[in-house]
Amino acid sequence: MAVKVKIPVPLQRLTGGREEVEGTPGTVISLINDLDQKYPGLAERISEAGKIRRFVNVYVNEEDVRFMKNEETEVKDGDEVSIVPAIAGGGVFCRKGGW
Amino acid sequence: MEFTEEQLKRYSRHIILPEVGGKGQKKISEAKVLIVGAGGLGCPVGYYLAAAGVGTMALVDNDTVELSNLQRQIAHSVKTLNVNKAESAKQTFEALNPDVNVVAIKERINSKNILGLIRDYDIVVDGTDNFPTRYLINDACVMLRKPLVSGAILRFEGQVTTILPGEGPCYRCLFEEPPPPGLVPSCQEAGVLGVLPGVIGALQATEVLKLILGKGRPLKGNLLIYDALGVNFRKVKIPRNDNCPVCGKDPSIKELTDLPEEYCSI
Repeated sequence: MAVKVKIPVPLQRLTGGREEVEGTPGTVISLINDLDQKYPGLAERISEAGKIRRFVNVYVNEEDVRFMKNEETEVKDGDEVSIVPAIAGGGVFCRKGGW
Repeated sequence: MEFTEEQLKRYSRHIILPEVGGKGQKKISEAKVLIVGAGGLGCPVGYYLAAAGVGTMALVDNDTVELSNLQRQIAHSVKTLNVNKAESAKQTFEALNPDVNVVAIKERINSKNILGLIRDYDIVVDGTDNFPTRYLINDACVMLRKPLVSGAILRFEGQVTTILPGEGPCYRCLFEEPPPPGLVPSCQEAGVLGVLPGVIGALQATEVLKLILGKGRPLKGNLLIYDALGVNFRKVKIPRNDNCPVCGKDPSIKELTDLPEEYCSI
């Protein structure tokens, strides 16, 4: 059993359209860096200099890692990790804006 | 107020529900809801709230209807092309239910006008398409302690949460800051499945009615994520952040400001 990682729609183009990929147990940041080997570009979008970006949240089994040990939060076999970015599209006409 | 025969008939499927009844329907008819954005989300939210008989509904939008909107913005039509969206939706909702007083506010919401606009309403609905407005609405609702039902969509995915200032986390507890310009695709590049705002907007309208009725558990402290392709509804927890810059213990944001315009070209 590996770690299940839910990939948000905006990043699925990096995972060949897959909404869920498998990762290696360890810490949150090692998991992300490890996934980047397989899906280049993923780590850069989620983190910067080893820190999770402030408009992206990472959840381990529904718990926000910011309120655990952040990047150092442990992930084990069978855990489910969700990567959730802020999105803002209301579907109204996109001026220059929104997405 | 007493319901007329016609109203008793119109709302009979509500009134028959023990959780609503005549009392609940009266609450709905006295409620005042403000919806920011009469677009993909604002249309279904307003449509269902109009059908439900919400007494006063304000729609805030300064955009006009374009053909490319009609794939998802169901309150507009080819008859209202180039018409202001708040006005276009008002016509549709009033045709559906003349009981509802729809107020079309043809302004772009900003740090100067927002407090005045939302002050007299009970509940605010966020159906906007950009981060500056999303953060502004959050901050204003925290300051005025207004319940806020927030929804967002992109491509095949949507997010919903209910913010009850003072009782639960706010949008900044969830995402501390908006993405910097240029890091994420624009809406036009990304696209959106037309029915997606219908799903998310219907969830928002449900939350609004629950708040008005005081029934059920609001989606407080949780973010509901809907993935249309995988047919998944997931909830993740939003803890209250003691260090939140707007609703934390020692807030650094004490007055409203507009984010720079370049945030709009994300």
